[in-house]
Amino acid sequence: MRDQLAKIKEEAVAALEAARDLEQLNEVRVKFLGKKGLLTGVLRGMGGLSAEERPVIGQLANEVRAYLEEQLETRQESLKSAGKESRLLVETIDVTLPGQPVVLGKMHPLTTVLEEIKDIFMGLGFTIEEGPEVETDYYNFEALNLPKDHPARDMQDSFYITAETLLRTHTSPVQPRTMERLAPRVPVKAIAPGKVYRRDDDATHSPMFHQVEGFIIDKGITFADLKGVLLTFVQQMFGADREIRLRPSFFPFTEPSAEVDVSCIMCNGAGCRVCSQTGWLEILGSGMMHPRVLEMSGYDPKEVTGFAFGMGVERIAMLKYGIDDLRLLFENDLRFLAQF
Amino acid sequence: MRVSYKWLKEYVDLSQTTPQELADKMTMSGVAVEHLEDLGEGIKNIVTGRLAKIEKHPDADKLQICQVDAGTGELLQIVTGAANVREGQVVPVALVGAELPSGLKIKRSKLRGVESLGMLCSGKELGLDEKSLAEESQGGILILPADTPIGKDIKEVLGLDDVVLELELTPNRADCLSMVGVAQEVAAVLGVEFHPPMIEVKETEDNIEGLARVDIVDTDLCKRYVARIFRNVKTAPSPQWMQQRLRAAGMRPISNIVDITNYVMLEMGQPLHAFDYDTLGGQQIIVRRAVPGEELVTLDNSVRKLEPEMLVIADAKAPVGLAGVMGGLDSEVTDETKTILLESAYFDGACIRRTSRKLGLGSEASKRFEKGIDLGGCVRAADRAAQLMVELGAGEIVRGVIDICVTSVEDKVINLSLERVGLILGIEIPKDNVVNILKGLGFGVEDQGAQLVVKVPTRRNDITLEEDLVEEVARLYGYNNIPTTLPDGPTTQGARTYGQQVHDLIRKTILSCGLTEVLTLSFSNQKLLDNLRIPQDDSQRRAVVLQNPLSEEQNMLRTTLIPGLLEVTARNFARRVKDIAIFELGNTFEPTTEGKLPVEHLTLAGMALGQTAQNWQGKPVTMDFYYLKGIVEALFTALGLTGVSYAAEKSNPSFHPGRTAKVLVKGEEIGIIGQLHPDVAENFDLSGEVYAFQLAADKLVEKADLVKKYRSLPRFPGMERDMAFVVARDVEAARILEIIRANGGDLLQDVTIFDLYQGQQIKEGYKSMAFSLKYQAPDRTLTDEEVNQVQAGIEAKLAEEVGAQLRG
Ligand SMILES: [Zn+2]
Repeated sequence: MRDQLAKIKEEAVAALEAARDLEQLNEVRVKFLGKKGLLTGVLRGMGGLSAEERPVIGQLANEVRAYLEEQLETRQESLKSAGKESRLLVETIDVTLPGQPVVLGKMHPLTTVLEEIKDIFMGLGFTIEEGPEVETDYYNFEALNLPKDHPARDMQDSFYITAETLLRTHTSPVQPRTMERLAPRVPVKAIAPGKVYRRDDDATHSPMFHQVEGFIIDKGITFADLKGVLLTFVQQMFGADREIRLRPSFFPFTEPSAEVDVSCIMCNGAGCRVCSQTGWLEILGSGMMHPRVLEMSGYDPKEVTGFAFGMGVERIAMLKYGIDDLRLLFENDLRFLAQF
Repeated sequence: MRVSYKWLKEYVDLSQTTPQELADKMTMSGVAVEHLEDLGEGIKNIVTGRLAKIEKHPDADKLQICQVDAGTGELLQIVTGAANVREGQVVPVALVGAELPSGLKIKRSKLRGVESLGMLCSGKELGLDEKSLAEESQGGILILPADTPIGKDIKEVLGLDDVVLELELTPNRADCLSMVGVAQEVAAVLGVEFHPPMIEVKETEDNIEGLARVDIVDTDLCKRYVARIFRNVKTAPSPQWMQQRLRAAGMRPISNIVDITNYVMLEMGQPLHAFDYDTLGGQQIIVRRAVPGEELVTLDNSVRKLEPEMLVIADAKAPVGLAGVMGGLDSEVTDETKTILLESAYFDGACIRRTSRKLGLGSEASKRFEKGIDLGGCVRAADRAAQLMVELGAGEIVRGVIDICVTSVEDKVINLSLERVGLILGIEIPKDNVVNILKGLGFGVEDQGAQLVVKVPTRRNDITLEEDLVEEVARLYGYNNIPTTLPDGPTTQGARTYGQQVHDLIRKTILSCGLTEVLTLSFSNQKLLDNLRIPQDDSQRRAVVLQNPLSEEQNMLRTTLIPGLLEVTARNFARRVKDIAIFELGNTFEPTTEGKLPVEHLTLAGMALGQTAQNWQGKPVTMDFYYLKGIVEALFTALGLTGVSYAAEKSNPSFHPGRTAKVLVKGEEIGIIGQLHPDVAENFDLSGEVYAFQLAADKLVEKADLVKKYRSLPRFPGMERDMAFVVARDVEAARILEIIRANGGDLLQDVTIFDLYQGQQIKEGYKSMAFSLKYQAPDRTLTDEEVNQVQAGIEAKLAEEVGAQLRG
């Protein structure tokens, strides 16, 4: 029986080595170590042995079993890891193929710019006010010191609904509306973004466009403060190295009035096609609130002062993104919108 | 306003500056120079020459050979094709090496074998307006006055050695619609002295009294009327210097009388009008509103129907001119005119504006009245014209002036406190600076210590308040010399309102669902609604109508966003963009009763056509009803909206009757979602299934609930059970879900549909549906038994209420 055991051990070791995968290994286990396996068969034959031999052979058989089980486990481990590796190999994919597409909707560039303007002014403590797109003559003109037949009304050709109502020609009417609501409280710091309308339709004018109006009313507000607030805005919007320049101008609702230029964002002031070689881009109208405007909406111009400004959103978007044709903004070509 | 630099030099010393430097300074102080025009630009080496001899070209009928004395010491042989040349004339001669504004360079050449050493020039070739030339020079060589010296630079002779400053005036600076006004401004800007023109009138012995009578009837529209009478009038061309100045200003020389009135208007800013005195009935001028039914033949030979809001100049019988707008033909000054009545008046700007608009007659004169002229300048302007009449030998001046003025003409007195200047500008400007600036503008200044008493001349009618003076000081002190500070008041909080937050959330949610934002114009028209198949009596037909639209396509404000989105979709589709998913968030407009503003409804609409992005892994998803509905549902989730339901909408003519739903929130209809009717798609040149939704965004704001609150996570395991059954096809999912939820008790947490099948294995008219139900109790682990019980209850109800037959 000793020989038998030695032979089983030898055969089993060979079979373990020969097993190529876990399944074959299991077959080997069943064949040699299973309940009906060869080793068990040897032990069953121990009945014919003498009392002296029985424990010796029994111990030997146990040693063989222990040895084989250990070998089996080792072999099992090595086959397992080999199997894993080969599976990973089979599972290899082309990682350069594109991913599952996730469609992102694109915000209209005008909305993006509007949001940016709002964020900058909210950071400066401004609230956001709103007003109707169809306005009364009173808020659109008269409350802004533009009485009927004022020559400056020529500057803005309006769409009329009735003799007394029209599509607002600027976001400025939000100024008197807000003031009437809040007077005589100070400080008032607000911007009013929105759509405005003028009777113009050509390569550089759209009958509908967007403006942002802004104003501050408080005790001791000065023209110097106007310059400071607008410089802060311009530097946040167009970059910290931008400068501004103010030119005297005329708006019926401000006095003194100023056009605000920003140093050209294309050429940094050296002069280029975009700035007509001047080095400056006109982006804002502004001024100290006209005393009559303050008065009409319930503030005492001897007690408080204020300033107001307005900007065209299309102009800013075109400068920011280098868009050279206004009409693209309202054509809504998806290939255009996808760029933002 | 076009300002001749040469002319300007007559009033201010410009020796220390250049046109460009002056232009920059003016722009930065408020009178913007839009453009500098060098009148002689491109002209080089062109001189005056006398045609000494002219012969026919031997080999060409249309050519002539001229021997020209151009002051070079020898006769130059020049061949010309012009027919209007005669011996002895003085003409512009482009010498060899000359350049013309067109870029043409003159070289020695041969024309049909004859050598030519230069070129004779036409007015047009020198950049002159052909029509402003004397008749003999039109269409040929420019013929200069016979006494023009020869060998002179043509730029000097024609006044082209000049630069024109084109001003871009703001409406308040009407005073700069005159040379003297501009000169006063330039004097202030440069800090030099202003020399107004010296005016002296040589009058004859007889007196205007008794020769004419002026009455202003409508004193609200005419504040002042000044008249002078000129006798022994001789019409002739005006002198070259005057013609050159008129041309530089953009006006066409006509004859001495007309040119004088235009010249004085340009110089003093006061429009003048000359009447043929002998045509005036009763030798009388009456300034009054037109009488209904009155007519006037104006200078341009058209019959004008007059309206009572128009101001006319009439004689004793009838209107002879439209005040400030255009004269009458009958009283026009002609070559036969012997006596002239000159009008220098102040008319109401608004009235002139209305009349000139109504008749489509705008002129240099009406423009000045509209913006407001100098009430104090009427007599001076009439005197200036009289002075020029004499100087030009155009007539004699009858002694005296008729001056009817219905208001006082006084300089305005405004107190300016230096403290106020500092308060507004944020900088203390020294008193001396302030005084100098105001004096430079021609204002009177009286120093009273902390306060200056400022006298503002009548020509600056834009200045009425202390703040206006502050602006004058600020702009001439220099805006860019004022410091830059930030307001130092209390800190304020910048924040979005609740409504604004919801708008932003709506936009962001829809964007994250893959729809791209578009912005369309707010205009619409009834035809677009026809294309949407909207019935005539539908409320969407009631729109806010524009009185003066740019076109019929834009004659009203939109009542729905769908047509705008359809147009965008169609435009992209035509440009071969096949897969389109877009949305817009904007106002629609609803008219209200007369006298009230329309109601503006913030509206959200989306549209989809085609498929989601192509993918190599599998088929793309078709963007259909359920695709858009998923987006709408995601939006409602983001807004915390509850109580949403959908009801089949079979009768909206814009939509597919079987693929459309009303969207309701707690029973209130807030929008629609569905496939657009194929006819609608076709009307917009679209093929394929176009899906759209439109929601009342203002209702979404009202119903949104952005307040978030934590609920504890389940501590005990839940149980998931499936349920599958066959049910009649017309039983809506909503009905089944309703039954399941109603009978699920407290344990049922959630139910979802995970399969829908109608086809071969299912009986005709039926469908198979499978639901997954989630059960959970907050305080214990559920037992099979209790869940079985609930499931059984639901199944029984489904069988009972909708005839559901349970499957395996
Ligand atoms: Zn530039």
